[in-house]
Amino acid sequence: MLKTFRIGGIHPKEQKISAGKAIQTIALPGQVIIPLSQHIGAPCQPVVKKGDTVKVGTLIGKAVGFVSANIHSSVSGTVLKIDKALDASGYKRDAVYIKVEGDEWEASIDRSPALIKECILTPGEILQKIAAAGIVGMGGATFPTQVKLTPPPGAKPEILIINGVECEPWLTSDHQLMMEKVDEILVGVTIVMKALNVQKAIIGIENNKQDAIRLFSEKVKGYPLITIQPLKVQYPQGGEKQLIDALTGRQVGSGALPISVGAVVQNVGTLFAIYEAVQKNKPLIERVVTVTGKEVKQPCNVLSRVGIPMNDLIDMAGGMPETTGKVVSGGPMMGKALPDTDIPVTKGTSGILLIPTLEAKRKAMKDCIRCAKCISVCPMGLNPTLLMNLTEYEVWDRAEDNHITDCIECGSCSYTCPADRPLLDYIRLGKGKVNGIIRARKN
Amino acid sequence: MSVLLTAVATLGAIGAGSAAILYMVGQRFKVEEDPRIQEVQDALPAANCGGCGFPGCASFASACVKAESMENLLCPVGGQNTMDKVAAILGRKAPVAAKKIAVVRCNGTCESRPRLNLYDGASSCTIASALYGGDTGCSFGCLGLGDCVDSCTFDAIHINPLTMLPEVVEDKCTACGACVKACPKDIIELRKQGPKSRRIYVSCVNKDKGGVAKKACDVACIGCSKCQQVCPFEAITIENNLAFIDDDKCRLCRKCVQVCPTKSILELNFPPRKETPPAPKEEEATVTA
Amino acid sequence: MVQKLIVSPSPHVHSGDTIQKNMYNVLIALIPALLVALYVFRLDALIITACSVLFCVVFEYLIVKYILKKTPNVTDGSAIITGVLLAFNVPSNLPLWILAIGCLFAIGVVKISFGGLGNNIFNPAIAGRIFLLISFPAQMTTWPAAATAVDAVSSATVLGNLKLSPEALPSLQSMFLGTEGGSLGEMSALALLLGLAYLLWKKTITWHIPISILATVALFTGALYLFDPQPLYHPLIHLFSGGLMLGAVFMATDYVTSPMTKKGMLIYGVGIGFVTVAIRLWGAYPEGVSFAILLMNALTPLINNYTSPKRFGEVVKHG
Repeated sequence: MLKTFRIGGIHPKEQKISAGKAIQTIALPGQVIIPLSQHIGAPCQPVVKKGDTVKVGTLIGKAVGFVSANIHSSVSGTVLKIDKALDASGYKRDAVYIKVEGDEWEASIDRSPALIKECILTPGEILQKIAAAGIVGMGGATFPTQVKLTPPPGAKPEILIINGVECEPWLTSDHQLMMEKVDEILVGVTIVMKALNVQKAIIGIENNKQDAIRLFSEKVKGYPLITIQPLKVQYPQGGEKQLIDALTGRQVGSGALPISVGAVVQNVGTLFAIYEAVQKNKPLIERVVTVTGKEVKQPCNVLSRVGIPMNDLIDMAGGMPETTGKVVSGGPMMGKALPDTDIPVTKGTSGILLIPTLEAKRKAMKDCIRCAKCISVCPMGLNPTLLMNLTEYEVWDRAEDNHITDCIECGSCSYTCPADRPLLDYIRLGKGKVNGIIRARKN
Repeated sequence: MSVLLTAVATLGAIGAGSAAILYMVGQRFKVEEDPRIQEVQDALPAANCGGCGFPGCASFASACVKAESMENLLCPVGGQNTMDKVAAILGRKAPVAAKKIAVVRCNGTCESRPRLNLYDGASSCTIASALYGGDTGCSFGCLGLGDCVDSCTFDAIHINPLTMLPEVVEDKCTACGACVKACPKDIIELRKQGPKSRRIYVSCVNKDKGGVAKKACDVACIGCSKCQQVCPFEAITIENNLAFIDDDKCRLCRKCVQVCPTKSILELNFPPRKETPPAPKEEEATVTA
Repeated sequence: MVQKLIVSPSPHVHSGDTIQKNMYNVLIALIPALLVALYVFRLDALIITACSVLFCVVFEYLIVKYILKKTPNVTDGSAIITGVLLAFNVPSNLPLWILAIGCLFAIGVVKISFGGLGNNIFNPAIAGRIFLLISFPAQMTTWPAAATAVDAVSSATVLGNLKLSPEALPSLQSMFLGTEGGSLGEMSALALLLGLAYLLWKKTITWHIPISILATVALFTGALYLFDPQPLYHPLIHLFSGGLMLGAVFMATDYVTSPMTKKGMLIYGVGIGFVTVAIRLWGAYPEGVSFAILLMNALTPLINNYTSPKRFGEVVKHG
């Protein structure tokens, strides 16, 4: 019996048609647009101005405040302007436009492919390097990594959990990265273990990635503190709380952080970025993006610099099919639908999914038949249909009593609803309102 | 017969006993209340809309009775008449407040603001605006999903299916402010209704730079400041590429309307100009009427 | 760009599950019981079932279209289920005009007047059956003997006999297979259990409601049987007779009128079990399943209100 999390969960069609496709590097375009807000938290302060020359890896946006992350130029060239640009948030926000000229890297970056295993830095220095490199959680949440690796006072991390689950259908970017960069990822694990001073790490991989499980099980023999745990394929196993439950049997309480059960969770993509930042001085300027979809000609995994318009990536996968009705940044369950395809790739872009019009349109919503399927799939053990009603009628106190703030927005409820009710749309709205009310009450 | 009598007698006795108990309890637990509260409440429109800032008419009434003066107390539904009545009951004088009305500051009709994508989520402006800027190039403008319509207790705001913009019914709007709160884009504003309902306002909230705004919408305010220069009363300010007319200072001279290059300043309920107007205004008037 | 992109909040995929699919799954699960009814009652069963379905669908269509003036959606299958279930709950020789009244009550009063599918408080088929039982007690409690039996005359059912003449009880085996007299669809426990297995396999329902009802009935009567081993208390007789199986598998599990949480489902099931046995043993009616379900339907909103699903992290287990 394979391990998995205990409450709810669904198993959408996996559709990992781009699995096993080697990572290709995309050519640089004439211009990149690098948004100054690619993470959760405060947007960056630009430190370049129009006409400045930048190299690959030059700091262009400085983190503001505790929860924020640096942003570096992903190309070499001249800054054209700092202006608003539509990004994956759906709104126009500040971004740095850079004209690409050549491909000159900052001298401090080690571009050799040689694996560096040893890390002699102290935990503090490691964290500094991670912060300087602007690393964020690359599973999609884009939470600044150095914040996550700085446990609050009094908390003691015991175990590092590595998310190699990639539970979203269609996406294969993490999977392919694991296949091609296994050594780097494992060194990344040791670095983070050192930074956190923990003696145990578990890598959770879903059972649909047999090759990755085999490869890691083989490679991990050289690392006595790291273990591999195959997991039953179940969405949303990549959710922090679900993954901790699946791997350790500990459940993080309502409103608590993973550290409350001694766990810190990192995505494999983040660990690779940490390896590059700490051992190679390379800031986070590129990532692997899966470009896929039912009618995409050549689904592929692309290594793309931050700031390259998604159009270029779609062209690389054989162009946008005529029938495309929806372009999603990320996976189909939690990704964001984009109003335009000129939007640049950012640190959090794990995939670009092209959905044909016929499947993109939602069906008309019917009355709830109280089948309770949403309740049985909710991984947080909530009552989605009740929460939707409470939001619709703005009964915020009852919504709070029914733990609307625990919702992880995985979308399992909307996915499963036979009456096609937009449960998550409303719950997300209600969650925001209730969070606002709670914050207002504290102040 | 005796059965009938017994039944009637028993039920009658139970009824009388219950009535006696109810009366005694009623007397015993009677809450002494300022009788004026009831009087004030009777004078109020009983809409319980919350436009006054209190949970309902009853709590507004008790607030009126308790308050020292009538400053800051206004029933937007009843308006001046009601407040005068309330003041008379309390032996005070109500401050004169100008009658206000809700104004929709977006004129981005389907023709002037082409749709670039299709929104397919739950039919709620709040949900759509949390997701993205909207289905047009303008990320400030009306989404047309009708949160304001849902919030209105007085059936005073409707979406025009031709323009996909909300329109306020002047006679019904009580300026309770529910739609102002409901609109996630802050498009609706309460403005002075003006003499004979004549008003002038900038029907746009786009803060983008002129070129960007104009590209997204033909009737966007581009912040060119021509209206500011022409205004004799310094009623117009420009902030973040957007003009705003202060309705306290505006004297309704209509000069700004004529100079606006994008026709984003609207005039309502004015008689036709003597000289031939540059463009018929009826279309815009129906849009926001 | 060829066409405008669609923008909507996540998730962007759907399981493809629909109300129809669930309803048609229930109909498929009812097929074994229908086949038994056809075998036992021959043409009568077919006429009653077909007419009942037809009445329900037509009534729903007419009421929604001409009284409510909305677009009728009879293809969702719920009216068909109501029709079949109501047919399964009546004797095979019930006059069709009585059946029509039952259908009109079930669809018009119990379902549509509350707002249609999803908003009704009581299961339409159950309420329709009880309405008929109270209005036409004679017609509703005279069952023809099975056409397969040698002497085709009217006879009392097993439950009727339990209290009156326990010596006339049939064998358990024939009750299980369904060759004894009774309402249309209540004949064969085996056929209904096949339906249950199908519903569980298709994940249309969970085990909680049917199993808790059957277990409660079995345990309750079993406990009494231990003290006083007479046929009136025999748990297997109770399980296989009357409308218990049909009620537990198909009527109590109606989505709309049953609780939504697992805990609530168990409370609901146990409640139905207890009330059923109580009515059967000590009530005036020989059968109590439909009354039990109706009663618990009424309590469902209350149960929903006081039970909540087991939340993640509620019990923090350190492993």
